[in-house]
Amino acid sequence: MQFTSVDQSQTTTNLATEAIASSRHHEEHPDHRILGVVVFLVAESMIFLGMFSAYLIYRAMSEQWPPEGIERELLLPGINTIILISSSFVMNRGNKAIKNGDQAGLRVWFAATAIMGAIFLAGQVYEYSSLEFGLTTNLYASCFYVLTAFHGLHVTFGVILICGVLLRSAKDGHYTKESHFGPEAAELYWHFVDVIWIILFILLYLL
Amino acid sequence: MSNQEGERRPLDFFGFSTDHKVIGIQYLVTSFIFYLIGGFMAGIVRTELATPDPDLVDPEMYNSLFTVHGTIMIFLWIVPAGAGFANYLIPLMIGARDMAFPKLNAVAFWLIPPGGLLLLASFLIEAPQAGWTSYPPLSLVTGKVGEEIWILSILLLGTSSILGAVNFSVTIFKMRIPTMGLNDMPLMCWAMIAASALILLSTPVLAAALILLSFDLLAGTNFFNPSGGGDPVVYQHLFWFYSHPAVYIMILPFFGLISDILPVHARKPIFGYQAIAYSSLAISFLGLIVWAHHMFTSGTPGWLRMFFMITTMIIAVPTGIKVFGWLATIWGGKLRLNSAMLFAMGFIATFVIGGVTGIMVASVPFDIHVHDTYFIVAHFHYVLFGGAVFGIFAGIYHWFPKMTGRMMNENWGIVHFVLTLIGANMTFMPMHILGLQGMPRRVAMYDPRFTELNVVCTIGTYILAVSTFPFIINAVWSWLKGPKAPGNPWEALTLEWMTSSPPPIENFHTTPVLRTGPYDYGMKKTLSIRARLKEMASSVPPRNKETGIRVSEAQSSSLLGDIQDSDSDNHP
Repeated sequence: MQFTSVDQSQTTTNLATEAIASSRHHEEHPDHRILGVVVFLVAESMIFLGMFSAYLIYRAMSEQWPPEGIERELLLPGINTIILISSSFVMNRGNKAIKNGDQAGLRVWFAATAIMGAIFLAGQVYEYSSLEFGLTTNLYASCFYVLTAFHGLHVTFGVILICGVLLRSAKDGHYTKESHFGPEAAELYWHFVDVIWIILFILLYLL
Repeated sequence: MSNQEGERRPLDFFGFSTDHKVIGIQYLVTSFIFYLIGGFMAGIVRTELATPDPDLVDPEMYNSLFTVHGTIMIFLWIVPAGAGFANYLIPLMIGARDMAFPKLNAVAFWLIPPGGLLLLASFLIEAPQAGWTSYPPLSLVTGKVGEEIWILSILLLGTSSILGAVNFSVTIFKMRIPTMGLNDMPLMCWAMIAASALILLSTPVLAAALILLSFDLLAGTNFFNPSGGGDPVVYQHLFWFYSHPAVYIMILPFFGLISDILPVHARKPIFGYQAIAYSSLAISFLGLIVWAHHMFTSGTPGWLRMFFMITTMIIAVPTGIKVFGWLATIWGGKLRLNSAMLFAMGFIATFVIGGVTGIMVASVPFDIHVHDTYFIVAHFHYVLFGGAVFGIFAGIYHWFPKMTGRMMNENWGIVHFVLTLIGANMTFMPMHILGLQGMPRRVAMYDPRFTELNVVCTIGTYILAVSTFPFIINAVWSWLKGPKAPGNPWEALTLEWMTSSPPPIENFHTTPVLRTGPYDYGMKKTLSIRARLKEMASSVPPRNKETGIRVSEAQSSSLLGDIQDSDSDNHP
């Protein structure tokens, strides 16, 4: 007796192992991982938004901001900002490359991005060492260090992600025109880190 | 159609499974164990409160007990239980084989046990003492080691919640079968969209609050210390920006479950599908802009209190829409008063009591008198116990057959329900009066004039403790030896019932095709099912003139019951 009107070749047999079931599961639906990354980044932004709000409240309730004794230097962080923003464009070239099947292009541009990220981090560390205020000097100082360090942690993680992509791209054919989730996800993350920095820079250094 | 194929060995539930059904059960069992632990702590608190003198436990221990009680009930019982139901049900309800990200799903679950164990382990070193709200300056000066353990625990548990929400939202939006539009999906899915939005947008802000608190605690910063330029109220804003949406995160999944349980046992379509669906979204959105109603006595300015009072009152409207929708669903239905239905109806009654006191405390002039009194304790226990916990039990009684392939014992279920209903009301109703008479919360010593009512509350607590026994015995015995459940014991219409109990690993042998809407009980389309199915059995399935779709084998055989073993005929 034939009830089903679905193509019999699509029917699964009694799949004994979960491994088979889950790998077939993934063959059977489109790749939603990029959407997953985007949703996750929305959540991650909210941590920063929470900290930004606290910062803005502190700023609003202070008579003088930054408080007495804080001198904000713009040159070094400004250069760092330009490096970070440019690195986003560099990384984008890497993804454009792999979308055309150009593995070498992916490797070169991503390596450049990682280096720029590392320079950014080095610049941050140098800035920390040259500042005259510490974590507990005053409220601005505490906000400054916690915010930039939290962001720096994210940059570090981003650099690690890029290195992960570079390692995988060493294997020929791992990333192709059709399959390049790793580079794409890393790029989304990097842009997120970049946008957060822009807001951070405006709040901490300019406002 | 065999029921054995979906059954799993007990050891499967202790490992790193990526099957959403296993993960869902792992969430539910784990969270229930924490419920018992948190309940035990409440038992000690209530035993202390049976007499006006603080003579049972040390003050620090008392503080730790209510702190960890609250923390467990929120982060280790209700939130994960909601995630457990969502995990189990969503893929089945939308006809998918699993969640969008099965490995991430497993990671999300496996953050719960360490988070919970860390919190419990704090009792061995130094337990947190500043309440689950952990306000500075108290949280910075008392039980500091415990406080940091608490913070780490919450960070783990919050991360679990966020990762779960990533999965739920992508799965619901992207993995429904092609014939299921957004307005064809069960209301649980709408509820989880709403809950996931809240989790994603608000939980990270709690993380921010706790990170800053950690710096104050460990690194000598002064984010929340006025003498260093900071402000403790900033902590409160960041904390409540999550913790208010948290209460909607804790109730929305159960609103969803109730919307899916009532039509089945009332044999009636849900009243106001779209109203209920969109009201979930409205609650989600409004839930993000009411947080400062927890801060009416924190020196917040008048304009701020006015704004939050108004938004808080408005949120009653979508909630009320749901309640009226549920009542209209039950009205005139051919009710089956089984345990699931009793708990669902008990949910409505008890939750509404909590909702009414919620409107009362939304009002600033009223709240400034009852804030930090037992009136507030009464309010939130009515919505959380009467709401979420009744909802969880309704869900368990309703979906236990699907999850385990066994039927629960109805008589024990009714005993459980009666004891729970009596116990909950006896425990929490007198607290309204206590609060209005001025008994503060979070203290072990109170004015002797409050004694009699406190004794009533304590007795109620013991009844609740006893009520867990019929449930546990029923659940364990039924899982091991209960009568086997058919694919669709409740004759329901949503997709999870169109497969075996328990479902096979890949959920459905063939991709399901929608035959009816999720709530079309008694509708013309389904009236002559038997006739139509007989017709189909004799030839190629005729096209359904209204919907133009064909019935899959899974649906037809479960609607008719297991009339034949058709599996062996159809599989290559």
